[in-house]
Amino acid sequence: MTTTVEPLLSVCDLRVWYGTSRGPVRAVDGVSVDIAPGEMLGLVGESGCGKSTLGRGILGLLPPGAVMDGEVRYGGNNLLAYTAEEMRQVRGPGIGLIFQEPMTRLNPLMRVSEHFAETLREHEPGMSRGEMAERSLRVLRGMGIPPTRFRSYPHEFSGGMRQRIMIALALVLQPRFLVADEPTTALDVLVEAQILGILADLRRNFDTALLLITHNLAIVAESCDRVAVMYAGKIVEQGAVRDVFTEPRHPYTRELLASTISLSTTRLHYIPGAPPDLVEPPAGCRFHPRCPEAMRVCAHREPAQTSPDLQRRVACWLAARPGELDEDEREPLVQEVIHTADEA
Amino acid sequence: MLLDVADLKVHFALRGSFAARLLGRETGVVKAVDGVSFQLRRGEVLGLVGESGSGKTTLGRAILGLVRPTGGRVCLDGIEISALREAQLRPLRRRMQMIFQDPHASLNPAMNLAEAIGHPLRIQKITRDKDEIRSQVAAALDRVGLTPVERFLDKYPADLSGGQKQRAVIARAIILHPELVVADEPVSMLDMSVRAKVLELMVDLKRDLGLTYLYVTHDLATARFFCDRVAIMYLGRIVEIGPAEQIYAEPRHPYTVSLLRAIPEPDPRRAVPRDLPRGEVPDAVHPPLGCAFHPRCPRAFAPCGWESRDLRALFEQRWTTLSEEEFAAERELVDAVGTLDIPATTAHLPALRGRDPAALADLLASIRAHQPDEPFWRGVEDVHSADGGVTVTFRDGVEPQLRPIADGDVEVACHLYDNAFQS
Repeated sequence: MTTTVEPLLSVCDLRVWYGTSRGPVRAVDGVSVDIAPGEMLGLVGESGCGKSTLGRGILGLLPPGAVMDGEVRYGGNNLLAYTAEEMRQVRGPGIGLIFQEPMTRLNPLMRVSEHFAETLREHEPGMSRGEMAERSLRVLRGMGIPPTRFRSYPHEFSGGMRQRIMIALALVLQPRFLVADEPTTALDVLVEAQILGILADLRRNFDTALLLITHNLAIVAESCDRVAVMYAGKIVEQGAVRDVFTEPRHPYTRELLASTISLSTTRLHYIPGAPPDLVEPPAGCRFHPRCPEAMRVCAHREPAQTSPDLQRRVACWLAARPGELDEDEREPLVQEVIHTADEA
Repeated sequence: MLLDVADLKVHFALRGSFAARLLGRETGVVKAVDGVSFQLRRGEVLGLVGESGSGKTTLGRAILGLVRPTGGRVCLDGIEISALREAQLRPLRRRMQMIFQDPHASLNPAMNLAEAIGHPLRIQKITRDKDEIRSQVAAALDRVGLTPVERFLDKYPADLSGGQKQRAVIARAIILHPELVVADEPVSMLDMSVRAKVLELMVDLKRDLGLTYLYVTHDLATARFFCDRVAIMYLGRIVEIGPAEQIYAEPRHPYTVSLLRAIPEPDPRRAVPRDLPRGEVPDAVHPPLGCAFHPRCPRAFAPCGWESRDLRALFEQRWTTLSEEEFAAERELVDAVGTLDIPATTAHLPALRGRDPAALADLLASIRAHQPDEPFWRGVEDVHSADGGVTVTFRDGVEPQLRPIADGDVEVACHLYDNAFQS
């Protein structure tokens, strides 16, 4: 993906707050990210880093009580300015969603065919029955569901097939952008690979852009074009998957990669401590209390997003330009001792 | 030998509907564990690896006597615990403990850590003395790294992170100084950043306390790190068992091979593998004939247990690749494939009323010609037109048994490694 391509969707300085008795939780705090047409962007981070909130914020599906600020530009408009009804019109044909739990999202009393009919009636009024069936069956076939099962009920399908049906239900409206929130977490490893294969084919067959939200870096490595790493409500690093994974610039990205246990892991590694409380996040860089390379500056000044190269953005003082920090600021930070038990 | 499991079976009867039971209809049995045997030496870590529905969790629970086995036996240190009544079993529970998957659900939210972790001491009537319990809990907390201990003794589960909760669960499991610990997915619900830490704790405890682990997991990557030996389970049976090193270096069973290939790697040069087994773990009430893995197996051949339902799967798979018109045309020939649901080695496929059965036979022949390498055809003995349709006869399948591979300690249940089936 090159920067000359006009982004399909552009998130600018998005903020999401939730009210709690202790004060506002800044779940998403100044996030900017672009998604190009047909691109697959992975969004990774520990639980509680705000990645699901960001996905839902884009879709306008946050619970009541959440406050949003910033911009989500799509098709020349700011989605944050849309009314609930206007947003409902965009969701589906414009932006679709694939949930984590396929079983809880399908109505057990409705046949698969009825799910499709309902979706199409809602968003494409005036479509004939024959057209609806034809379009539904075509998408289902693409997901490996035979036409003979069109009139079956959700419980007659396995978990993996239900997830395929969910994907087909999103695709039948031919969205240009899909948000998939942990779409394979509940599935077995072989079925997970099948679903990831299907998602990777979306671009080829439908030219759909995808935001893949997951805690599993290995999945992003294998299936995405670009990756954004989130920590404590902020994106700390983003860039092409190949660059970020082979040469991570932010210490958090590096630590997260090192703690991923895969078949090629030769040594166990973990990140000490836990992500911060988002009611009172640490001053400066939010990762500084856990960062193995923290400098004095990190504890009191927040690093700005810098672009060491065209495709890459990093929010870390280590990527500061020469002369930007003085000698004293570059001194290693004396950190508080993290107890073994202070962990995620 | 600390643990000896021989031909263990755990079958669950399905209750079915009231009407079905009233009419005495067969309601089905799930063979969650179906003839599993293995041994565990003191100080060893055995991984029980399988997907959901493989029976690994049931097996772990049956070993601890939390589920009554239907058959076979479990011996702990020479004592046949599977034959004991609950009251006789209780004192033995001290010697074997369990760590559950979900740390959020395995601690009572109304008990603080001092109470929760000290609870086994009370149940086992080891001591009722409050100070004694508190000091033993403190020692256990210290052992699992929940320090400074005073900070945690009076905490409630709601105040803890996922990793901390799992440490508390581990503290509760070790407070009775058990010999055997069954750990059921102890890290799968934790964040990547702490998984390694909790695994490391379990390794330390094994070394310091001389624990023996049964590590139940779906995750071959963590098992590789933690286990001395691994057993791969599929639909209630062990399909491959042996030293971890050998199994990871040279997996034999096609199921093990696919599992290892499917695990994603944080390496952007690798793409999602596409040639993985199709479908999913089948219905355990009516498992496939022969080898339970054969419908998904890329290397299945004649003796693997081909049957009627595989013919249905062949058509359904094919119909996802046809255009609307082609499908409609085929639908004109083939009547309901739903009739192929009963497991049998002969399958009758009726032609739609008024259609020529010979055309149906031609269709099958053309499907075969189109994909001659499809494993399904290796199991087909005969196809002929009969009774207004086509009858397909399959070769009789044989259920593979675990047998040792010539050069090593690995055992595999697969006909590919049975000389009797090699031509």
